[in-house]
Amino acid sequence: MKQKSDVPQGTLALMVLKTLDVLGSLHGYGIARRIEQISGDLLAVNQGTLYPVLLKLEQEGMIASEWGASENNRRARFYRLTKDGRKQLQVETQDWQQTAAIIERFFAAKAEDLS
Amino acid sequence: MKSTKRFFARLFSFATAKAQDQRLSEEIEEHIALQTDENLRAGLSPDEARRQAILKFGGREAIKEQYRSERGLLFFENLARDLRLAVRMLRKSPGFTAVAVVTLAMAIGANAVVFGVLNALILNPLHVPQADSLYGIQHGNEASSYQSYPDYLDLRDRNRSFDDIAGYDAAQVGLDDSGDPSRAWIFLATGNYFDVLRLQPFLGRFFHASDEHGPNSAPYIVLSYSYWHTHYQDDRGVVGRVVQVNKYPYTILGVAPPGFNGTLVFFNPAFFVPLVNQEQVEGVNDLNSRGKRFIFMTMGHLKPGVTKAQAVSDLNSIGSYLEKTYPKDDDQRTFTLARPSLYGDYLGKPMRAFMTGLMFLSALILLAACANLGSLFGARAADRSREVALRLALGASRARILRQLFTEALLISLMGGALGLWGGFVLMGGLSAWQPFSRWPAQLAVNPDANVYGMALFLTLASGFLFGAFPVRQVLRTNPYEIIKASSRGIVSGRVTIRDLALVVQIAICALLVTSSIVAVRGLLHSLHSDLGFDPRNATIADTDLSMAGYSGARVPQMQKRMIDAVAAIPGVESVGLIDLAPLVSGGTIDSAVFRDATADLRPSNAAATSFQYVISPEYFHAARTALLAGRTFTWQDDANAPRVAVINLEFARKVFGSAANALGGYFKKPDDTRLQVVGIVENGKYSRLTEDTQPAMFLPFLQSPSTQTYLAVRSDRDPAQLAAAIRAKMRNLDSGLPVYVGPWNKELATTLFGSRMAAITLGVMGAIGAMLSITGIFGMAAYSVSKRLRELGIRMALGAQRKEVLQAALGRALKLLGIGSAVGLLLGILASRVLSAIVFQATPRDPVVLAGVVAAMLLLGLVATWIPARRALAIDPAILMRED
Repeated sequence: MKQKSDVPQGTLALMVLKTLDVLGSLHGYGIARRIEQISGDLLAVNQGTLYPVLLKLEQEGMIASEWGASENNRRARFYRLTKDGRKQLQVETQDWQQTAAIIERFFAAKAEDLS
Repeated sequence: MKSTKRFFARLFSFATAKAQDQRLSEEIEEHIALQTDENLRAGLSPDEARRQAILKFGGREAIKEQYRSERGLLFFENLARDLRLAVRMLRKSPGFTAVAVVTLAMAIGANAVVFGVLNALILNPLHVPQADSLYGIQHGNEASSYQSYPDYLDLRDRNRSFDDIAGYDAAQVGLDDSGDPSRAWIFLATGNYFDVLRLQPFLGRFFHASDEHGPNSAPYIVLSYSYWHTHYQDDRGVVGRVVQVNKYPYTILGVAPPGFNGTLVFFNPAFFVPLVNQEQVEGVNDLNSRGKRFIFMTMGHLKPGVTKAQAVSDLNSIGSYLEKTYPKDDDQRTFTLARPSLYGDYLGKPMRAFMTGLMFLSALILLAACANLGSLFGARAADRSREVALRLALGASRARILRQLFTEALLISLMGGALGLWGGFVLMGGLSAWQPFSRWPAQLAVNPDANVYGMALFLTLASGFLFGAFPVRQVLRTNPYEIIKASSRGIVSGRVTIRDLALVVQIAICALLVTSSIVAVRGLLHSLHSDLGFDPRNATIADTDLSMAGYSGARVPQMQKRMIDAVAAIPGVESVGLIDLAPLVSGGTIDSAVFRDATADLRPSNAAATSFQYVISPEYFHAARTALLAGRTFTWQDDANAPRVAVINLEFARKVFGSAANALGGYFKKPDDTRLQVVGIVENGKYSRLTEDTQPAMFLPFLQSPSTQTYLAVRSDRDPAQLAAAIRAKMRNLDSGLPVYVGPWNKELATTLFGSRMAAITLGVMGAIGAMLSITGIFGMAAYSVSKRLRELGIRMALGAQRKEVLQAALGRALKLLGIGSAVGLLLGILASRVLSAIVFQATPRDPVVLAGVVAAMLLLGLVATWIPARRALAIDPAILMRED
């Protein structure tokens, strides 16, 4: 069985933003499920940890929330990306890709490349 | 940006914490419901589906806590929680809370008031711009500042250290602006006065140096703001109005800025008149006499970059020039610089010493209050050790528990500080409105400013932390397992603890204050019954200045004779005597150098003595009850045509003639070369201050040395109020334009007794506060020790201990501390009385009444403080007590 890995700080927030970007308005459970599905169950997330992150993002103005009806017609809180959030997502995506690219290059580097 | 946005969001959600908690709970419920549905669809049983959902969600409380810490301001939330708990705890013991708050309120209030007075008197007295560089010029050999006008001009024009130098003299005038003459105290100020002080008028304009063109050339008035406010009801139309000053027309030029009350603290002149008009105001023209040092004080701003020492040497070089040029009038012209606000060092030094002492004492009181509350707090913390241990065992951090204790301490100190500051405000308001002397415009505006608020807040917080810190060690050392296992009743050790020391210090301070206040009160009583050289009881003083109604020359003694006759004709008046300045009443005195008859060169350094000089009528000694020891008093024949004569006191005889026997019939000289024959000798007396050493005094007949200053000493058994009315009626008949002041002589002594009285009152108040503090301290300790030892005492009683032994066991320690503290305090008090004797006449602790008084006071204090704990110890019923645990 593959080892499940912890989620690094801040990454979860990025995942939340990307999920909302792709899927539009979603409630907490929905976001948790999507992240689980996409990460292919590789991530060990206590689903509850999502909520403090959602709150933080909301306070920073990245996402907004409102009450709505869930699939089984109960009251649920729906989150969506704001304009600021979209901008922030673009910036962070770029940053992330850049970092990933650099790291990748380091991994690809062989001894003779460095001499 | 992001973080500020977040801060406001947090602040907002701090306010809406409840709604947010609700929202999270709902979201969690929904989340778990959705997950359960999912699990059901996956084929789990309903119970298992829900269990898995909950597991997957994770620790719900932990999430909530994390959510909260993300959401709001954890610090403030904890603070709010601590505060709620603190309020609950304090409410549970209202007695403790009340004692603590009142104790602190008294201590902080006392500090606020003393600091307020210190601020108004010494730190920030004058309300003029750049007061830092403003210095008064005082004499090098004594703490006085008077100058003659010619000397002032030389100092002003020859110095290179000051921007400019101004001078003033205080004077009393008759002011008539609507047909009703009233007396007013004013400043005669040099033309440049306001410009030197860098002031701007509130209304109209000031007078300037350019307005002066020789004697009586500047009939102008600048009103002080407060006089304009009370006397003219803020009427802006007064500028340009012409009023009568001593029956001369003067024009009101303007109004000085609010807050500025002249350059002498607690002497508030009604208005300012140019000094060149001295003749119209004071009835004499001394502008050209180098020997007449009538200018009360001179002052100026040092030029930028000039040090005090440079300025002093500059002034001293002018001084030695003056000595050389005018050897007859000027000798020993050396100078020092001092703050002008309290007449240089004359009042400044004792006032600074007194206020510093007072500040120190009130700080000690606050410290005692803190020690006291600290030990009560420590006792409470010990009583709560089980609660503390329980909380520690449940995982609370020690920091969290200390925070709770400090919150309680600060809550108490804030309440005490607020109450104390409020009380301080009331007192300071009363002080500001208080006019201690009926005949002087003495008033001290004690307006609390930012300094006072800051000080009060600082003291409040500092004392909160100080007494809150007492239980810290206790909490840090708490071992939860030990305490919960054992019973809460600790063992009282025989060791000397910090708490014991604190209590001893506090009792010592209290005893010190009690000693000092008893010494002060005794001194005050002594001085009321001491030999003054006259008898102020059953005597009334009526005084006026004839120059205020335009009298001069030969009309002055004529009018005075008519006044004496008129008052003597009042039924019930036994005798009436005239004197130019009543001793111990008028504040000012006239003194003069005197020379032996043989001295030819009458320069000041050759003088045989400096003597007080009084001008009296023949009946004065009789009216004042001053004993004539030898020779005769004056008669109406000792007039301007008769040979010049004088009556002297014993001290004068001793100093100038060697003995009374040599003096009678002998001659002496005054600086103006007049030769006087001694015709009589009277007893010594007090003239300027009660605390003065025996001084020489001479009395001259008023027909030979007339003065417009007129004090009538009226001896009568009649009711003072009736007598005063009768005197006033007589005076009005003689001249309706003459303002007269009438009052009982012993009441008029208030001015001289003021220092002693203030010392006695302040020390008494502080002593009372100190006593209350000690009572709460001893009470706290005794009560605590009794409650800690209830079981032990119960066992002792069950074993047959006597009441005395029980009491000794319960209270012995507190009483021993009381004894040690009292002894130390008494010793300190005896030492401190040396300081006190400078202010209070005959203040000495070597007085059986003082010693007995202190011992009695401390015993009473101990009795009051231990009464309740003793009753509690004696009421122990061993049977009940043993059954309890």
